[in-house]
Amino acid sequence: MTLLEIKNLHAAAGEKTILRGINLVINPGEVHAIMGLNGSGKSTLANVLSGKDEYEVTQGEVLYEGEDLLEKSPEERARAGIFMAFQYPVELPGVNNTYFLKAAVNAIRRERGEQELDAYDFMKLVREKLKVLDIDESLLKRDVNTGFSGGEKKRNEIFQMAVLNPRLAILDETDSGLDIDALKAVGSGVTKLRSPERAVLVITHYQRLLNHIEPDFVHIQMDGRIVRSGDRSLALRVEEEGYSWLEEEVRNGLVNA
Amino acid sequence: MSDAISTIEEFAGREYQYGFTSEIEAVTIPRGLNEEIIRTISAIKQEPEWLLEWRLKAFQHWQTMSEPQWPNVHYEKVDYQDIIYYSAPKPKKQLSSLDEVDPELLATFEKLGISLDEQKRLTNVAVDAVFDSVSVATTFKDKLAEMGIIFCSFSEAVREHPELVREYLGTVVPYSDNYFAALNSAVFSDGSFCYVPKGVRCPMELSTYFRINAKDTGQFERTLLIADEGAYVSYLEGCTAPMRDENQLHAAVVELVALREATIKYSTVQNWYPGDKEGRGGIYNFVTKRGKCDGDNSKITWTQVETGSAITWKYPSCILKGDNSVGEFYSVALTNHKQQADTGTKMIHIGKNTRSTIVAKGISAGNGQNTYRGLVRVNPGAEGARNYSQCDSLLIGDRCGAHTFPYIDVQNPTAQVEHEASTSKIGEDQIFYCNQRGISTEDAVNMIVNGFCKEVFRELPMEFAVEAQKLLGVSLEGSVG
Ligand SMILES: Nc1ncnc2c1ncn2[C@@H]1O[C@H](COP(=O)(O)OP(=O)(O)OP(=O)(O)O)[C@@H](O)[C@H]1O
Ligand SMILES: [Mg+2]
Repeated sequence: MTLLEIKNLHAAAGEKTILRGINLVINPGEVHAIMGLNGSGKSTLANVLSGKDEYEVTQGEVLYEGEDLLEKSPEERARAGIFMAFQYPVELPGVNNTYFLKAAVNAIRRERGEQELDAYDFMKLVREKLKVLDIDESLLKRDVNTGFSGGEKKRNEIFQMAVLNPRLAILDETDSGLDIDALKAVGSGVTKLRSPERAVLVITHYQRLLNHIEPDFVHIQMDGRIVRSGDRSLALRVEEEGYSWLEEEVRNGLVNA
Repeated sequence: MSDAISTIEEFAGREYQYGFTSEIEAVTIPRGLNEEIIRTISAIKQEPEWLLEWRLKAFQHWQTMSEPQWPNVHYEKVDYQDIIYYSAPKPKKQLSSLDEVDPELLATFEKLGISLDEQKRLTNVAVDAVFDSVSVATTFKDKLAEMGIIFCSFSEAVREHPELVREYLGTVVPYSDNYFAALNSAVFSDGSFCYVPKGVRCPMELSTYFRINAKDTGQFERTLLIADEGAYVSYLEGCTAPMRDENQLHAAVVELVALREATIKYSTVQNWYPGDKEGRGGIYNFVTKRGKCDGDNSKITWTQVETGSAITWKYPSCILKGDNSVGEFYSVALTNHKQQADTGTKMIHIGKNTRSTIVAKGISAGNGQNTYRGLVRVNPGAEGARNYSQCDSLLIGDRCGAHTFPYIDVQNPTAQVEHEASTSKIGEDQIFYCNQRGISTEDAVNMIVNGFCKEVFRELPMEFAVEAQKLLGVSLEGSVG
């Protein structure tokens, strides 16, 4: 069955219309990449899928595992297996990272009727993921994202993703601001997540991330629409030539936008 | 208004859980305040002549004073003639043990989660329970007596240890100190008394639980706590009241005396009825709390979690008289709906190398108004005095307010005084971040508020820390990490 189906999605923030008819189908096992100019609405799409209430869906629908996603609250979506790695992860001063993550894991397990993890099993899981991602244990003692460097925040997102083990992971520019090693860690984190049941939607400006995460599809978003879809080579062309050729095609009506 | 914020407000606005009244027969005296009333209270309590005289002097002084206008709180004028100044559960007979206490009364305390039955108490806490105006039971008394520790109701202390009461009463908070302290000195009904002798470390937490029950009754309790040289004591205080439409007055006085090398930890979880959403009813909590570090190397720590009362007006303070003495103040004050709090501390540095620490956390939700007011004074002789103050405000929603008034008065050039302040808001982005990880809004607020209060909760004895966290709707931080 299709994991995620976005049909003619329009969304606005207040008076401003940002998404103008997004269509996208994601099947289990697939990795999709979305690229596009600043301000084209990529983060907005991720936020609408996650249920951020500052955006109003004005048209269209989204099905997740065959069910209406848009009527679910953000936490219900998360518990149903949707994870978003934020472009700008927020700081939670005073909230311990481990405590936070344990609360998240158990909220999700409760929803699924699974037994909550006790401290021992939880720490075992957490240590295993830290090791896989090559992240220092000191991360566990810190407050969520508080005083983290940009790269540390992104790594923490990937660490959370690894622990929460989502069905659909949405990565919003998780590669921006990362050094080579961190980029590899992100890549391997996502690769480890890949399985026939899961899917990944990566938002990025750089095709170099796609060296680490082999995408099945690449989409170009422009002014709130997906104007072109293709394979890996589309990302390479965009990286080399920029977006002007596509904008031209859109203007000339060559693209069905 | 967004969903996230409205859920937060709903959460912050949970019903008061302790709002029941108990059907207990009470002895009360007529409404109003005059010399006759004071004589009656003193006579009911069979007090010695010197104490009656002290009360009368306080009353005369009070009549020359007027209610303070400077706090940043607003309320309808209190009619001091419309208050009942003494109410006591009617004793069936003279009580000689806990078994003879009115079962209804014991049930009331059980309902509040305080078992006065020593057999049932698992925790290491001795309790003095004050119901309306009198102390109804003090637990673990015998065990403490073996170590020479006196822990009893104030009335009993007046009867059994008049010399101690007479020596210390009014030495930290004189009856002329302020309007409410003078009123309390004139009409105080009961409270707790504690004396820890030289070199004794009190082996358990001492606790007083205050409950206002009778209608139109003011509660004016007086607490006096003395730690003799080298002694240590940790003292807890909790309070609740029924829900009523009218406001009730609570004007307590707490005096602490720490002699040379002594340490007193005084913790409060204040949960008086805050009034309803429209601001009807609730307790006016006008309290004077002050500790004197009388001897060298003594230490007093005030920790308070203030969540209740319609109006809170209190400044637990330390007079650092002994050289090297230490004063600490850790506070969480939460106001929501129409609650108002004007609270803080005063640290008066008199002795050499005296040190003080102030950590004040204010949380405002709904239309709540939260004011921190603090004074740090370094007298000319306080060579090498140091103070560190930190005031943080957390706002939930956009109709509440936080205000900070730090007063600093340094008269010795060698003193070091540091002040830090911050104001933050629980952001929708923070809530959404938690939601996106599967965490409900309520739990997210719990976490953020709990995180904000961490430094203060850390100072509370375990039992109270748990109660405080529950009170703020916060789940316990896991043992992981
Ligand atoms: N809450 C909001 N209110 C008003 N305008 C908004 C809001 N959120 C986004 N926008 C606007 O919508 C447009 C799309 O923003 P979005 O963040 O989705 O772009 P993006 O494709 O993720 O860009 P970038 O590559 O820079 O991250 C921008 O013009 C942005 O200013
Ligand atoms: Mg973006």
